[in-house]
Amino acid sequence: MLAIPVALLTVFFLIPLGMMLAASFYHRISGGFYEPAFELDSWRRLFSQVFIERAGFSIAISLLAGAVCIAVAFPFTYFLTRMKRRPHVALLILVLSALSLSEVIVGFTWSVLLGRAAGLSNILVWLGLMDEAVAYQPSFLAVLLGLSYIAFPYCVLTLYPSLTRLDREVTEAAQTLGASPWRTFWTVVVPISRPIILAGFLLVFVFTLGSYLIAAILGRPEHWTLSVFISDQASFNANVPFAAAMAIFLTALSLIVVGIVTLIESRTRSLA
Amino acid sequence: MDARGGLRLEGLVKRFGEVEAVAGVDLELPPGKLISFLGPSGCGKTTMLRMIAGLEQPTEGRVYLDEQDITDRPPHVRDIGMVFQTLALFPHLSVGGNIAYGMRIRGVDGAKTRARVEELLELVSLGGLGERRISQLSGGQRQRVATARALALEPRLFLLDEPLSALDANLREQLQVELRLLQQKLGITTIMVTHDQREAMTMSDLVVVMESGRIEQVGPPLDVYRRPATAFVARFIGSTNLLEGRAQANGRVRVKDAEFEVEGGLSDHEGDRVVISVRPEEAHLTLDETAAENALAGTVVFVRDLGELFECYVDCGLEQNVVVAGSPRDRVAVEQGDRVWVRFPPEACVVVRA
Repeated sequence: MLAIPVALLTVFFLIPLGMMLAASFYHRISGGFYEPAFELDSWRRLFSQVFIERAGFSIAISLLAGAVCIAVAFPFTYFLTRMKRRPHVALLILVLSALSLSEVIVGFTWSVLLGRAAGLSNILVWLGLMDEAVAYQPSFLAVLLGLSYIAFPYCVLTLYPSLTRLDREVTEAAQTLGASPWRTFWTVVVPISRPIILAGFLLVFVFTLGSYLIAAILGRPEHWTLSVFISDQASFNANVPFAAAMAIFLTALSLIVVGIVTLIESRTRSLA
Repeated sequence: MDARGGLRLEGLVKRFGEVEAVAGVDLELPPGKLISFLGPSGCGKTTMLRMIAGLEQPTEGRVYLDEQDITDRPPHVRDIGMVFQTLALFPHLSVGGNIAYGMRIRGVDGAKTRARVEELLELVSLGGLGERRISQLSGGQRQRVATARALALEPRLFLLDEPLSALDANLREQLQVELRLLQQKLGITTIMVTHDQREAMTMSDLVVVMESGRIEQVGPPLDVYRRPATAFVARFIGSTNLLEGRAQANGRVRVKDAEFEVEGGLSDHEGDRVVISVRPEEAHLTLDETAAENALAGTVVFVRDLGELFECYVDCGLEQNVVVAGSPRDRVAVEQGDRVWVRFPPEACVVVRA
């Protein structure tokens, strides 16, 4: 029965990846398309300071989005699972309905909400808290917010099953031993949930690393992630070999980051 | 032995929506004793325990611990230790870490905590296992860790929610004795929830029998066994024969065509319906037809001899067969189909509320 997954993986993952890897060595025909060849031009161009910087920025902002998502989604999901059934289900549906929004809609919605013309700052002006409306985008925080927003429901979905199954008696035991609900959360719920927190964090990291619309809509060029450049090169400049090289590079980087984070987690766990 | 940990429940009611889990309970429990809440599942015993622990808020009524009203206190400031049905050990902590948890939360200093953990490990015969992970322990060892953890802060109340239900029968009986000896040694007020009457009989000073959110009877285990107040108690604790009859003017009870004298006399009026409970081991078989008083004639339906105990099912024309039990050495030689008399000694005939 191993044959089926292996076949699927080969057809839908390994072969496309191989094609992309091959494309990264192809020769680009200026103003046209590309032809098979073996040259390192695209790779050489990639290892320039600009793109290395962009790659570092992409990883940093995705890690940050992972941290923001976990910081909000973990307590949210935990208290959600402790709620009475009716509000519990209603909230869950509300959160998951955000999954139906495409990245484009999320991006433009936030750009309106954070803009000057019709944005949230108008409410602050109306309340007398501000003198005149300002634009909060494009900015770094706007990009971070947008990325966290689209990843949030996925993060909740990752945490939800395991937090639902968390034995209620374990938290009750902590309380009978003198821990307030707040301390119970920190000394029992969080440590028990470490593996799932890590899983949610990495999911958001990988997910947001691939997002390019949010950064393109809500950020200035200096907030653009590597993904924005990849789509730029592939769609607008028709430079597929260079886009492929960047994509491979980004994939490798994200694998390395996932590896490092997992390693740190298992080290600290065996110490605990 | 200090006399702290006296508990008083006043008009306790707990409703979950339409369901009344606890339907008005007044109870005073003495300090330093082991008290069992005994009843079938869904009788409200666990809900009572959870209200005492502060894990449920009563709909009505108050809870007093040593005459202090603790009804509105959250569990973490109640001074209790509890062993949960699932044991609820912390999987991310070692054995020692579990036991030390409460002391860490209270900020007890490290050296003191370590000494106390060692002391508790010895107390529950787990000396030297402080570094183990919970996943490396057997069921019985986990139970002991849960006990030690609950006792670590020397709480005023020690609460046990079906503490041994996860263990197999032999280990359960062994730990019943261990837990009881530990409780006696510490003199700590202990409340245990159980549906197992043997467990309650083995361990308790006082048994509180519950049914449908109400208390059926409170008393020392043997009293409850020998003098059940209601038919429910008689059936739930041990097995019993329930004989239905009518009160007579002479203070006796007529069951079918026989007259019965009952333990403690009869307070019912003539013609009232009366239910008598007689334990199988108190009833006797006889072939002597002159034994007309407190006796019923019948036919042997089935004989079961287990070596340690024999049981004889006799059809006396009642709704259910009468069961007579005894030591096989005293067994009257009867076989299926024999005509016999079953004698019910007056001191064993207890009138119960139906």
